Amino acid sequence: MLTGKAMTSRIDKRFAQCRAEKRAALVTFIMAGDPDAALSLDILKALPKSGADIIEVGMPFSDPMADGPAIQAAGLRAMRAGMTLKGVLAQVEAFRRDDADTPIVLMGYYNPIYVYGVDRFLADAKAAGVDGLIVVDLPPEEDVELCLPALRAGVSFIRLATPTTDDRRLPAVLANTSGFVYYVSVTGVTGQKRPDYSKVATAVRRIKAHTDLPVAVGFGVKDAAAAAEIGANADAVVVGSAIIDALARTLDADNRGGPAAVAAVSKLVNELAAGVASARR
Amino acid sequence: MTVLASNSLRQGPDARGHFGIFGGRFVAETLMPLILSLEEAYEAARRDPAYHAELRGLLTHYVGRPSPLYFAERMTEHLGGAKIYFKREELNHTGAHKINNVLGQILLARRMGKSRIIAETGAGQHGVATATACARFGLECIVYMGAVDVERQKPNVFRMNMLGAKVVPVQSGARTLKDAMNEALRDWVTNVDNTFYCIGTAAGPHPYPAMVRDFQCVIGDETKQQMLELEGRLPDSAFACIGGGSNAIGLFHPFLDDASVALYGVEAAGHGLEVENGHAASLAGGRPGVLHGNRTYLLMDDDGQILEGHSISAGLDYPGIGPEHSWLKETGRVTYLSATDKEALAAFQLCARLEGIIPALEPAHALARIIEIAPKMPRDHLMVLGLSGRGDKDLFQVADHLGGM
Repeated sequence: MLTGKAMTSRIDKRFAQCRAEKRAALVTFIMAGDPDAALSLDILKALPKSGADIIEVGMPFSDPMADGPAIQAAGLRAMRAGMTLKGVLAQVEAFRRDDADTPIVLMGYYNPIYVYGVDRFLADAKAAGVDGLIVVDLPPEEDVELCLPALRAGVSFIRLATPTTDDRRLPAVLANTSGFVYYVSVTGVTGQKRPDYSKVATAVRRIKAHTDLPVAVGFGVKDAAAAAEIGANADAVVVGSAIIDALARTLDADNRGGPAAVAAVSKLVNELAAGVASARR
Repeated sequence: MTVLASNSLRQGPDARGHFGIFGGRFVAETLMPLILSLEEAYEAARRDPAYHAELRGLLTHYVGRPSPLYFAERMTEHLGGAKIYFKREELNHTGAHKINNVLGQILLARRMGKSRIIAETGAGQHGVATATACARFGLECIVYMGAVDVERQKPNVFRMNMLGAKVVPVQSGARTLKDAMNEALRDWVTNVDNTFYCIGTAAGPHPYPAMVRDFQCVIGDETKQQMLELEGRLPDSAFACIGGGSNAIGLFHPFLDDASVALYGVEAAGHGLEVENGHAASLAGGRPGVLHGNRTYLLMDDDGQILEGHSISAGLDYPGIGPEHSWLKETGRVTYLSATDKEALAAFQLCARLEGIIPALEPAHALARIIEIAPKMPRDHLMVLGLSGRGDKDLFQVADHLGGM
């Protein structure tokens, strides 16, 4: 079976650990190379210490169709500072030298991976210590492109389920998903609308009726209070744009940053972790 | 409906929206159910005679179809070779071929009960056509247009406002057509319940490339019939400009199985194909990639980041192309050429002086290749130009380029 190796994965272990602590996992997103490679690696390394359980690392793309202004701007800053897909993998590799346990999930769009070459990318990603992929523009209809090769290579392929994914479609969305399911709490782009918590709780229950995989919830989670609300029902809470905003506020007019950026991100992630931890008390 | 031979080139795409390796449905999960329901609604409409009758009625009485197939006598004399005809899509209501597709999609949106229409536009011709159809049917209309294009196509922005549409200048990315399309997709993913995305070219996720092509095939179907009436036979060649490629696929598709008809698509070579990031010729200067819902030839860098492309014509400077063109290039059925800004400007002026027709800068690119190729052809060679739009929108820009006129 394609999922045969999954029981030993970093992602599974981390979810088991959080379950034992009776809390949801905190998943944090940063854009690789934002605002430059050196500073984004510092931020990446600081995330687990601040309470991030799983890290999503954004792969910059020129045309981020599903992202709101915060993540669009982060991608632009990263590309202007020279970040490439190869550079993203180098960041993960550098992170892995000090951290063998925190799961890393790459998130982005398909074209840079397609151009890099799917097989070569999967081999390099696996070697760098990547645990999973979230590729926004690859629905189940295009599974032969990357999802199935990734599962064969032992890299989890984490699918997005959304408010428009009805019960008829849900089994197809879940079929080749591994690691966890990412429930997009609103119809929209990242970091814009605030989710309706009661609807999210219902949606999480609906998805759990179809799968044993953990369900993470993201899009529009901005602060500790929101993280606590979502964390009461979901297995993980994903925060992206709010972290990017905290980082961006520390940058100067030329988008240069320093230790203040690491401190600002760490402070917010600490708060979010406390919010998630308080959720089920 | 026409029955196609098993080896017909007109059968694509397959059930998953693929033309060879091109096409597909590369969209976010939120949009996937919408695209599937659109596909279902379009298949039902295709089989419904009432839908076709309503569309035909509008094309006749509102658009003014059929558009004439006009013998360009002085152009023919001047070039001294092939006998040149213009398929005059510039005489359509709103001044371009775009309205053929828009009416098909707006009727579909009405059948689907959608009350809010969104569109992207580059030169503004698709935006104007969409605003027009929305005014005609009392639908809310939002048009996304790159901030750079808003500046260089002011008259069309004014027309859209006049027609009651809201034009949103897009400030993200390079602020041109591709960014307008990104922003339209962001709108669609946010307003899934009541919104219909009216795509302006034969690109995007399946079923758009096939659907837009079907609506534009009226160009080639009429050309075929008109040429048979005028000359008693099929043309020997047909030329059309290509940005996303909807007017070209509409002209070419009905001729794909007629092996005697040579088909030429003309891309925008901008400052020249050899100038890095100085042209918009996706087929000549790009390679296969995935953007805006489909796999197709794209202009991009080695990291897979999409480049902007350049053309004097705002309607051609899209860094991709409809997936069926990518497939037709690989099969060799259509020959793809290009023309520079300078060549297009020269053709624009020649057409105005010789025929009293001011073409849009887009078809002026196709005319530029005709100017080169027609003189080498015998007098009985029948050559068709898809004259996809009129040039009023381009006058100020052309004046700027020609300076001192």
